[in-house]
Amino acid sequence: MTAAIETAGLIKRYGRRIALSDCTLSIPAGKVVGLVGPNGAGKTTLLHLAIGLIAPSAGGITVLGRSPAERPDQLGRVGFVAQNTPLYAGMSVVDHLHFGAWINPRWDQTLAEQRIGQLGLNPRQKAGTLSGGQRAQLALTLAIAKRPELLILDEPVASLDPLARREFLQGLMAIVADHGVSVVLSSHLVADLERVCDYLVVLVASRVQVAGEIEELLAIHHRLSGPRRDSFRPPADWEVIEQSDVERQSTLVVRHKGPVLDPAWMVEELNLEELVLSYMGRAVGNGSTSLKLAGVQR
Amino acid sequence: MIRLAWRQFRSEAIIGVAALIVVAVVLAITGPHLMSVYRMAPDQVTSTYHTLQVAVVALLVIVPAIIGIFFGAPLVARELETGTFRLVWTQSVTRLRWLTIKLAVVGFSSALLAGGFSLIAAWWANPINIVNQNRFSSATFGILGIVPFGYALFAVTLGATVGLIFRRTLPAMATTLVGYVATRYAVTYWVRPHFQAPLRMSARLSTASGFSFINTPTGLSMTASPPPIPNAWPLSASIVDKAGHTPTSSYLQHACPALTTGPGAGRVAGGPHTTPVIQGSMQTCIANVSAKFHEVVSYQPANRYWPFQIYETALFVVLALALAGLSMWCVRRRVT
Repeated sequence: MTAAIETAGLIKRYGRRIALSDCTLSIPAGKVVGLVGPNGAGKTTLLHLAIGLIAPSAGGITVLGRSPAERPDQLGRVGFVAQNTPLYAGMSVVDHLHFGAWINPRWDQTLAEQRIGQLGLNPRQKAGTLSGGQRAQLALTLAIAKRPELLILDEPVASLDPLARREFLQGLMAIVADHGVSVVLSSHLVADLERVCDYLVVLVASRVQVAGEIEELLAIHHRLSGPRRDSFRPPADWEVIEQSDVERQSTLVVRHKGPVLDPAWMVEELNLEELVLSYMGRAVGNGSTSLKLAGVQR
Repeated sequence: MIRLAWRQFRSEAIIGVAALIVVAVVLAITGPHLMSVYRMAPDQVTSTYHTLQVAVVALLVIVPAIIGIFFGAPLVARELETGTFRLVWTQSVTRLRWLTIKLAVVGFSSALLAGGFSLIAAWWANPINIVNQNRFSSATFGILGIVPFGYALFAVTLGATVGLIFRRTLPAMATTLVGYVATRYAVTYWVRPHFQAPLRMSARLSTASGFSFINTPTGLSMTASPPPIPNAWPLSASIVDKAGHTPTSSYLQHACPALTTGPGAGRVAGGPHTTPVIQGSMQTCIANVSAKFHEVVSYQPANRYWPFQIYETALFVVLALALAGLSMWCVRRRVT
């Protein structure tokens, strides 16, 4: 199966700033993929590269097996909702549906009208007067009614209140169930992604830290706590993500397939947020270069 | 995509057409009266609607600039400013095609609008132009004929390109105004006179008018306005002898003692309001000078009016196409 997004050594520089460094990644199709990372990690840059809004400085990226945005039909295969859901403030809801219909050959007007009806939006209302949640829903409607194979959403719920957030994500889940579309969705909040995603990519300091099926990630990461051992050397098949030592106790987050047999360790399951935070902590603690890169905001 | 471009241009187009209708109504009401004045008393034609005439000229001069500022500059800049480019450039149309169609729709509509203003005004001002015989002059050439089409096309692409580079509407508007005015000025005074080599004509000083003496660091010199040539465009006039030399300072002091020395020296003389004493000495002066000197006028003749209209329109269309090419390069390579 073709990957939704595949990158190799992808780099994006703005002058001397590095927004994305040496990103190699394969995001499978048919998933709801969460792209998580702190602000300025390079999430938006990666998504803009995928939709073809910007061109890479070096390296390669293919989306659904082809170069992004090279041709109109490729633009039609990918739906995109940009951060802050830009819409034409002076155009009404129904004008936006016309906009979509005039500019997309595969436009599904029935679907668009249905969704607007379900959302209870007034078709005559100007987009500039819609609430944040309504704007996001209208932008999502535009993106889905062009019948894309892949839907890319850049921080779609970041500016929404909790209720609008839940409604938006519920709408997204309904779309995935109805249309079988692949989704890549970025957020700096794990809680948003946990509800809807089945695949996770953690991007910190312009580098991919970990990527995989959420279930699998949760199965292979463990938190171990036990008496402090100063000369502790983890077994070769353990990858220690995080280690903290207090007076008498050591706590580790390790990546390890299979059970932990040493009875000295108390084994706990991690939740997704804890898992992501340990990777973020590791990336930021990795040295001054990473810290500097984490500060690069796009 | 064409329908989208129309939809987004709709409110601007409505305002433009409404303005055109208002002007057309005003001119349609006054036009027949102006024509009847021309038939009965041609010499009163330029004074009957003088204020309206000044307003029409001013309107025609600024229409292409307004089009560039309000139709051209926001065309791309507003999308970049509000972030909607991320919406429209990720639909099933490449941004190159998007820009091409937007430029074409807005550019051609603007050209038609500017041309419409110009045609209506040309109809209205026809009696005035017949009497004034100055359609080739620097002030009139640019507001009548086919050049307004070219100006509007240029103004729109200039605005769009500047907006694309600046990414903000207000600075783009200001720069468009400056760029448009500078280009029009440069073409009018430095390019248009050279579309074809000007013709030269000699005239006796007695046919000339508007004489004046100018004190320069090298001494006194004498100038005269070119004689009237109907519908031609006089470029320059100079007073020279058979060998092509201008009169020297000492010669002028000798030939025109009353005008070149004393309290009135160096002032413009020879107009209709000068005192009889000055007028008398002026006539003596001209008679003295014209014994040795004559006037040489360089000008563009009336029959070059339409060729020059075509050259200038073509020049602005080429400039517009060059700017469109630049903006297309920018939209593909530079932006974001």
